[in-house]
Amino acid sequence: MASRLVTTADALPARIQAGDQGAIARLITLVERRDPVGLQLLSELNPGHRAHTIGVTGAPGSGKSTLVARIAEVYRRDGKTVGILAIDPSSSLTGGALLGDRIRMASLAGDPGVFIRSMASRGALGGLARASLDAVAVLEAAGMDVVILETVGVGQAEVDVVGATHTVAVVSVPGMGDDIQAIKAGLLEVADVHVVNKSDYRGAQRTVAQLRDMLRLRHRRSGQWNVPVAQTVAETGEGAADLVAEFARHRDWLERTGEIDSRDRRNASARIRWAAQDLLADQIRRRGAEFDDAVSRVAQRQLDPHSAAAAFIRTTGPSRARSGDLARSQARAEP
Amino acid sequence: MTVDDGRELPLRVLLAKVGLDGHDRGVRVVARTLRDAGMEVIYSGLHRTPEQVIEAAVQEDVDILGISILSGAHLSIFTRVFALLKDQPDRRFRIIAGGVMPDEDAAALRAMGVDDVVGQDTSPEELVARVRSVARMSSIVST
Repeated sequence: MASRLVTTADALPARIQAGDQGAIARLITLVERRDPVGLQLLSELNPGHRAHTIGVTGAPGSGKSTLVARIAEVYRRDGKTVGILAIDPSSSLTGGALLGDRIRMASLAGDPGVFIRSMASRGALGGLARASLDAVAVLEAAGMDVVILETVGVGQAEVDVVGATHTVAVVSVPGMGDDIQAIKAGLLEVADVHVVNKSDYRGAQRTVAQLRDMLRLRHRRSGQWNVPVAQTVAETGEGAADLVAEFARHRDWLERTGEIDSRDRRNASARIRWAAQDLLADQIRRRGAEFDDAVSRVAQRQLDPHSAAAAFIRTTGPSRARSGDLARSQARAEP
Repeated sequence: MTVDDGRELPLRVLLAKVGLDGHDRGVRVVARTLRDAGMEVIYSGLHRTPEQVIEAAVQEDVDILGISILSGAHLSIFTRVFALLKDQPDRRFRIIAGGVMPDEDAAALRAMGVDDVVGQDTSPEELVARVRSVARMSSIVST
């Protein structure tokens, strides 16, 4: 099956750096689908600057998308360009998805300084975390000052994804009451900023108080970032400017303390591990007969799983992105 | 849409409502039908302009742009859409018109470049089949 490449694959990097939206979108598709040419192009892109990446997550119904639109508007007023990657869950049954975040960001439509891309949690080959961070890398290479990654924080993959951004904002809404506990524990720990949205609702102050209590109970080393609890009403935009100010304060703290470098190192480490897992999964798929043979031997107790895995890895060949594969992919690109 | 090892990749579809037309029940049913058929569906919401819809189709790198029009304004809207698409010489997405259109208008739309016209009485099965069929047409569309 022909891969969906344009004839001008070679021209993509220049077009992306010039901000050509079609080229940016095309490369995001290619890296999401782990197309070898796309991954090669991604490796050649040099952003020349470090975007401020912001992860926004929270339960469904917390108003995240509307809030992200308000946040983007503030950045736009400040003259910053914004890339938004909005991730929605796919159906585990059909693999399809209704990607419903963009519709809530209608106020940003037509603004050439904003790029919005919707991604389904299962649409990426090899895993959401890898694909979404590759997409963030494309947006950064396109020159975006800020890249916002929005997810529903329900699965570990989504927690991994937001944890790989510079500033993580966790959004909750009043009335969750004891359901603060229902927010995945991993999410609460990873938050750099807590946001209580729909703060005009009853119970907002109690939610703020619960979050502050929870934060106080955490052991905090001196010099650590003091996690604020911000309040917003995304419908009206109230609190959005203050929230963006918190993001800026966090970014400044990251730079001043050098923490931004350790975050980038941690993210690089995660991305390498995910890429390695993908490569191994590729190998297993492509050497199916060999793998099945190992499965039989393990199931019949002739071999233990650890030895089988080690033997499999030892005989793993060169990676997929070889020049031969690249040439074949480029040849397919010509119609 | 497949990759080398034969796995099927989901089609990406943007469903759009353009102009003053406020009827969105049908397009929401179409959205759910296509999702249940394994596609990734983005719905634009009501009252979008042709410029906004094309911008979204480009950013989302969709396979199919479906524009639903139940207001009778289909000829003028698609005329505007295709005028704008002249600025997108390497557009990859195919275009489907949905809604209520007389046969002669459907013919006029196809002449403009619409790849299929899907009436509102189309069954879910046929809808899915026709969307897949349009998506299988060649990748690069010359306008």
